[in-house]
Order: sequence, then structure tokens, then C-alpha cells
Amino acid sequence: MLRFLVRRVVQSVVTLFLLFAVVFVLARATGDPTGLLVPPQGGAETIALVRKNLGLDQPYYLQFVLFMKQIASGNLGISFLTRRPVLDLIMERLPYTIILAVAAMAIGTLLAVPMAMTSSLKRGRAVDTAIQVIGALGIATPQFWLGLVLIQIFAGWLRLLPVGGAGTWKHFVLPAVTLGVFQAANMMRVLRSSLLEVLSSDFVMLARIKGLPEYRVIGSHVMRNAILPVLTFGGILLATLMTGTIVVETVFAWPGFGRLAYDATIYRDYPLMQGVVIVAGFIVVGTNLAIDILYALLDPRIRFD
Amino acid sequence: MKIAPGDTNAIMQTVPVAHARSVFAIRRLFSADYPWVAISVLAVLTFVAIFGDSIAPHDMYEPNLMKRLTPPFWMDGGSTDYLLGTDALGRDILSRLIGGARTSLTVALMGLVLGGGIGGAVGIVAGYFGGAIDDTIMRVADATLAFPIILFALLLSVSMGGGLLAVVIAISINLWARFARVIRSDVLIIRDMDYVKMAKISGASSIRILWRHILPNVMNTLAVLAGLQVGWVIILEATLSFLGAGISPPTPAWGSMTAEGREYLITNWWVTFMPGATIVIAVVAFTRLGDWLRDWLDPRLPHE
Repeated sequence: MLRFLVRRVVQSVVTLFLLFAVVFVLARATGDPTGLLVPPQGGAETIALVRKNLGLDQPYYLQFVLFMKQIASGNLGISFLTRRPVLDLIMERLPYTIILAVAAMAIGTLLAVPMAMTSSLKRGRAVDTAIQVIGALGIATPQFWLGLVLIQIFAGWLRLLPVGGAGTWKHFVLPAVTLGVFQAANMMRVLRSSLLEVLSSDFVMLARIKGLPEYRVIGSHVMRNAILPVLTFGGILLATLMTGTIVVETVFAWPGFGRLAYDATIYRDYPLMQGVVIVAGFIVVGTNLAIDILYALLDPRIRFD
Repeated sequence: MKIAPGDTNAIMQTVPVAHARSVFAIRRLFSADYPWVAISVLAVLTFVAIFGDSIAPHDMYEPNLMKRLTPPFWMDGGSTDYLLGTDALGRDILSRLIGGARTSLTVALMGLVLGGGIGGAVGIVAGYFGGAIDDTIMRVADATLAFPIILFALLLSVSMGGGLLAVVIAISINLWARFARVIRSDVLIIRDMDYVKMAKISGASSIRILWRHILPNVMNTLAVLAGLQVGWVIILEATLSFLGAGISPPTPAWGSMTAEGREYLITNWWVTFMPGATIVIAVVAFTRLGDWLRDWLDPRLPHE
């Protein structure tokens, strides 16, 4: 177990290192940012000074070392636009995104589990077809458009909920639902195929032959085994969730991490963009590591080498 | 069956192998589950994507401020001249949707060829040679899939100044990993088949084995994967264009058309509704076709 842990942690660190290297190269490929920092009337001396302060006069490998040192010490630079530390900006926004993501996962699970259960237990019947059609529509609907349609209905025509922003629980409903519906559709598909596999296995048949009541069969034999493969998709679900928050927060003007990423892009705020990608990298790699460890703890069949 | 953490391919492999059908078999053309509706929708889409300029009832680019925000024909103030209404600049929405079909299908085709080609090649190499090459490639693929692609696409789009090529590259960067994983798990099975062993014994080079014996046997999987991924690619392109990091205006694209209508959302709903509804129809049709292709050609692939 210890060897497995060490191996996975090392892998995670290498992944992060690669990601940072890519960010470094992309940031350099966009050209010299000095032009954005120095006013047009600033002379060659000012430009040279700024370049020196940013370390841009150093050779690339030294710049890379400096870049990694800064990340390690939590210094992600200063945002061009707001002149505030990038890390502070991100930390202010993260809580908004976290509650949105948690709510979306909750809505997703609450919708996906009963739908997948019904659909796999009634395989081939009309209910199954209906649920699968709903799932396919959920995946085919772009989140930005679903958000706009919900705004049209609940804010435009019914005047029940606000168009966007944050503050009261009413602001929270539409973004959470928009995000949750897509998560539900994705989870439902994964869970359904996993359930179908478990339902046709020998131990489920045995449990039924033994005469266990159906709720015991489902509760203690089927669900436990069907959840595990869904966990392996956890990393991909997280990636779709983060992608979703960028879109949904932009549509609903929700002041979270995703909206910050979008603003950084459209205002060409390079340090902020860089910081957003780095923090997202930490979140993604950390969560995937946690999922793998959880998976190893829950499933005795896996090998630790 | 031992399953390593995170190894979804291992789970897929637990399904027994069946002999795949050829892409070119048209026996089932007239069976009941043939996706006629999806194919008709896609035929229309492809047709308008190719001949859009001559079919579109109005100019896709020419603003007409006298006619701005005309509602669809069935509403008060609408006219059959502009069947689906006009946008804030008075451009015909139907004509721009037709133009958007070309954008979407072009991006999808280029992304699938580039991403699928690279992913297929990398997957074959990883599966056939195994060992450290395989480990490295699959780790990179997993990391790619775990990272939110939109963030990367936004960064890339800023670096490259947006445009079609940036979108295609951003899509390919994610797509290759999806292809590589599935193709690799196919190759892992194929490389242990007798005919591959025989080829090795008779002294065939690795390149010859890969080209003559492995590649033809993963072609069906490549076709099925492409079918299953088109919808996702279309949504991704639309999302990027919606966020202003994809196809830039005035080129008609479904995503940017939706974005253009945002300001007029409450009063003129059709400007945002029409392009989004078009995306849903196109994606559902592609997904239906992809699912059908999978069932038909390769019953071994998982039914997600």
C-alpha cells in the first residue's frame, strides 16, 4: 500500500511539472508582455527595467527555474488588470465555485441514481427508453444554451428568479440546476452501464436464488459493486464539472473561479490566466489522487504495484 | 480480473471479444433500427454546409437595420421572408444557421482527422510495444483527459489569437487522448492473436505488422469512435465560440450567434434560441448515428 501511495504521489508531481512546463511555454509563445505594462511614452530604459524586474532578460532555462520557484512559494504574480496578487483574486473567488460545484454534484446524484436504477432494472421497457432519451438530450444540450433558456423561462417569462449575479438563494438556483442537469446526464450513463453489468453477474443471481428480498439484493450487492466503476470516471466528471463552471458562471455572472478564468482571457490578463491554469492543475491532480486512493481502499481486488 | 486504479480500459476488456463487422457491410440497411431520422437530419446538414452560399435565402453577412430583430414567421410582426427571424443587425437567422453548419462540420472534420489520426497512431504504438512507452503515453493521456479542456483552449486561443486553427488544435489536444485509450486496449488484444504471432515468426518487420495486420483491424473502432465523438466536438466548438475564444464574428457559428443574442434575451428570445436548438438537433442526430454504428460494427465496445 505504501509503495502504491508513493508511486501515485510521484506520478502526480510529474504531471503537475509537465503542466507547468506547458503553461510556461505557452506564456512565452504569446510574446513579450512588457508592451502591455509600459505606457507608450515610456522610454527604452523603462522597458529594460521592467524586463529586468520580471526576469525576462535571463536565459529561458533560468526563467523556468524562477517560474517554478515562484509557484512553489505561492507567488503567482500580479494581475495586469487589477494590480492585485493573482493568488488573492483566485482565493476570493474559489468558495463561490465550490458551493456551486457541490450543489451540482448533489443535484446530479439525486437525479442520476434513481434514473439509472429504474432504467437498468426495467431494461428495454418504455421507461428505459424514455430515460435514455432524456439522458441523450441532457448530454446534447450545450450548457450555455440551457442556462439562457432557463433565464428566458424563469427570469423573463415567469419573473420568479433573477437573471444573474449572486447574493440570495434565488441567484443560486439556476446556475446550480444548469450545472447539475449535465452532471446528472453524464453520471446516469456511466452508472447505468455499470449497473447492467453487475445485474447480470453470478452473485446477483445467487442472491436472488437465495430468496433475498429485492431491496437487499439491490442495496447490499448491486449498488456497492456498481458504484466502484463510476469512481474511475470521477476524474473525467470533475474535468467536465470545471469546464461547466466556466460556462455557467459566465452565463449567470456568478462571481466564481470560472468567471475569473473567462475574464482573464477576454481582457488578456496573462498572469491571471496563468494562475488560473496552475490552480486548476492543483485541484485536478489532487482530486484524481484522492479518487485513486479511495478506490484502492474500497476495492480489495486491485493490485498495489 | 485484476483492475488497477483509474484503468477504465481494463474494465472494458472484461467484455468478451466478438468478431467485428466490416464498415462496408450494408446488409442491415433496411432493418427496423436503422437510424433514418438521424441520417436524414445529417444529410440535410451536410448538404447545406456544402452548398450554403447558394441555398441561404439571404446574405449571411449583410446587416439590414430596417429589419432588425424581426420575430419568426409565426409570431406577430414576423414575415415568411425571414422564417426564423433576424438578429440585432437585421441579418437572417436561418441563413446564418446554414453558414454555421459549414463552420461546425469543418471544425468537427478537421478535429477528428487530426485528433483521431494522432490518437490512433499513438494508441497503436502504445498497445503494440507496451512497456515504458505504453506507461508514459497512457499517463499523459490520462492527465490530458483529467484537465478541463476549456481552460486549455482559452489559453491556447489567447496565445494564437483565436480562429479556426486554434479551435481545431484545442479540440485535437483532448481528442487524441480519447482515441489513444480505446485504440490501445484494442491493440492489446489484437497483438496476441495468432496471425500477428505468425507474422512475427515469419520475420515481418514491426512496421509491416503495424501497417498490414494491426491498422486494418482497428479501422472499425476508429470509425465508431469518430461517430461517438462528433457531437462532443460540435458542442466544444460552440462553447468556445460562445465564450469568444473560438470562431470570431462575423463568420457565422452557432456558438457565437447564441452569444450575440444574449443582450436581447428577455425581449427577443429567438436570437439565442434558434442556434442552440440547432446544436441540440445536430448533436442528437450524430450521437444516434454513432451509437448505431457502434452496435452495428463493434458490439464489444461498452454501451455507455
